[in-house]
Amino acid sequence: MTDTSPPPAPQLEARRAGRFLFYAGVALLVLWVLVPIWFLFVNALSAPSEVTGFPKRIWPSFDLASVQFFLQFQGVTQALWNSVKVAVLTMILSIAMGAPAGYALSRFDFPGKEFFRVLVIMTRAFPLPLLALPLAVMFIRTGLDDTVLGLALVHAMLALPFAVLITFSLFSGIPVELEEAAWTLGCNRLQAFIKVVLPLALPGIMASAVFAFVISWNEVFAAAVLTIENRTLTAFLLQSLNVSPLPLKFAGGAALVMPALIFIFAVRKYLFAMWGIANR
Amino acid sequence: MPRALPYLLLLPASLFLLVFFFYPFGLVVVESLTRGGEWTTENFTRMTGHWKFAPAFWNTIWLTAIVVPVQLIMALTMASVVQKLKTGRSGLLYIFAIPLGISDLAAGLIWLAIFEQSGFLNSIFHAFGIIDRPTLYLGYQNMWVIFLAVVLAEIWRATAIMMVIIVAGMGLIPKEYSEAAEVFGASRWQRFTRVTLPLLRPSLQTALILRILMAFEVFAVVMALGGTTLPVLMGETFQWQFQLQDRGVAAAYAMVILGLSVAFSLVVLRLLHVPKGARI
Repeated sequence: MTDTSPPPAPQLEARRAGRFLFYAGVALLVLWVLVPIWFLFVNALSAPSEVTGFPKRIWPSFDLASVQFFLQFQGVTQALWNSVKVAVLTMILSIAMGAPAGYALSRFDFPGKEFFRVLVIMTRAFPLPLLALPLAVMFIRTGLDDTVLGLALVHAMLALPFAVLITFSLFSGIPVELEEAAWTLGCNRLQAFIKVVLPLALPGIMASAVFAFVISWNEVFAAAVLTIENRTLTAFLLQSLNVSPLPLKFAGGAALVMPALIFIFAVRKYLFAMWGIANR
Repeated sequence: MPRALPYLLLLPASLFLLVFFFYPFGLVVVESLTRGGEWTTENFTRMTGHWKFAPAFWNTIWLTAIVVPVQLIMALTMASVVQKLKTGRSGLLYIFAIPLGISDLAAGLIWLAIFEQSGFLNSIFHAFGIIDRPTLYLGYQNMWVIFLAVVLAEIWRATAIMMVIIVAGMGLIPKEYSEAAEVFGASRWQRFTRVTLPLLRPSLQTALILRILMAFEVFAVVMALGGTTLPVLMGETFQWQFQLQDRGVAAAYAMVILGLSVAFSLVVLRLLHVPKGARI
């Protein structure tokens, strides 16, 4: 019973089986994520008669009739355009307000700093889409009801905490020494920021802007509550759910998913850096 | 001037939080407790008196209770898999992160493509000869199928966000801890449960709080898959605000969601409390 030096065959086999199981598991998880999206696109890229037909095929027929039907449907192009407008406005608003706050948090020590940081983090413990209910009344009083700007303001509230926290970590990652060097060379604070910090932080700021865009693009509840005539795509799809035919739903769903896929791909490098800071 | 600078930088974000976060939440509280300008609890009695309140409440709770633990396990599995992988890491991470960018409405439509009567589930059953004719899954006779479809769609959609937070958190844990445990003879599983998980508590906190709140806000997925057949809290809020035009009761529902969110956030914070000295 002392002979232990060569690894016994069963153990090797077990390791091989383990590795096989591991990769099979990975493959399963990948399929779990991708297959449902594939099904949506099969539906979106098939003719309406195929979408309502049975049984379904696994491959799309690349018939654009469904997409055409969707785009020509009353109100769709307007809704798409509204979605883009709201999302772009959200992006601008949240970065314009969030980035200065993030910079202040990363560069200065001042009384009330911790309070502000906790405040921003705390907003996430509240179901923010519910804000739309009271704001609906407030907007009617101020004339912001059913406008792109009104909805963008609410979406900016959803995106602002993220913008603050992400830019905070971005600016913290840029050494103060660089800025100080610029000051000694004759730059004032603003010049140093524009010439030294901004170029370094820009990709990250863009990433958080894209993130704000996606938050707004995907938001359903506030959009449905706050818009009636100027509906966004999500509001349009939600409110026509029980009247619209299947091809319209699936083409609409695909239209919602497409930009999100591209944007997540564009910011994938920053995704983890963004959420890493959320822990602290 | 330099003294005031950080406050000036924080000013826009703070004002915005004041107007679009604190003020509207104050309004919701007031609105839920008043009716026709008088203080009353009638909104709440009306809400609880309606036959849909109890099912909406319990459906939301059950959905959360089933979905969140499954997601936690899946997210931990995905994150560990990604950590172990040597090649193809970023590609796999992107695929796992895709649902993060997908709207809940789109996720609902994606699973509708699978569960609807002429959908892919029926087609697959048909292909294997299990059924000859498509069966109707998402009818009011099969509430549990709608529930199951919502569970699957929610798991599919929102596991990504937990996974991203956990991956980011795992990146913060120094490798030495795990290596030291290995030297002392800890098995892989022991290293995971005794070293990784405890050190991961801050990330788990963030992930769970964010996810539980999202679960209480479940809305568009349910609307896409079951319409109003399966009542949930957020759906009822929307119904009272829109169909029944009763903002008081809608506000009362909002208070219930808010109360649940705050209560569960506190529970998670308490359960996964990390003492100040024990942070990495």
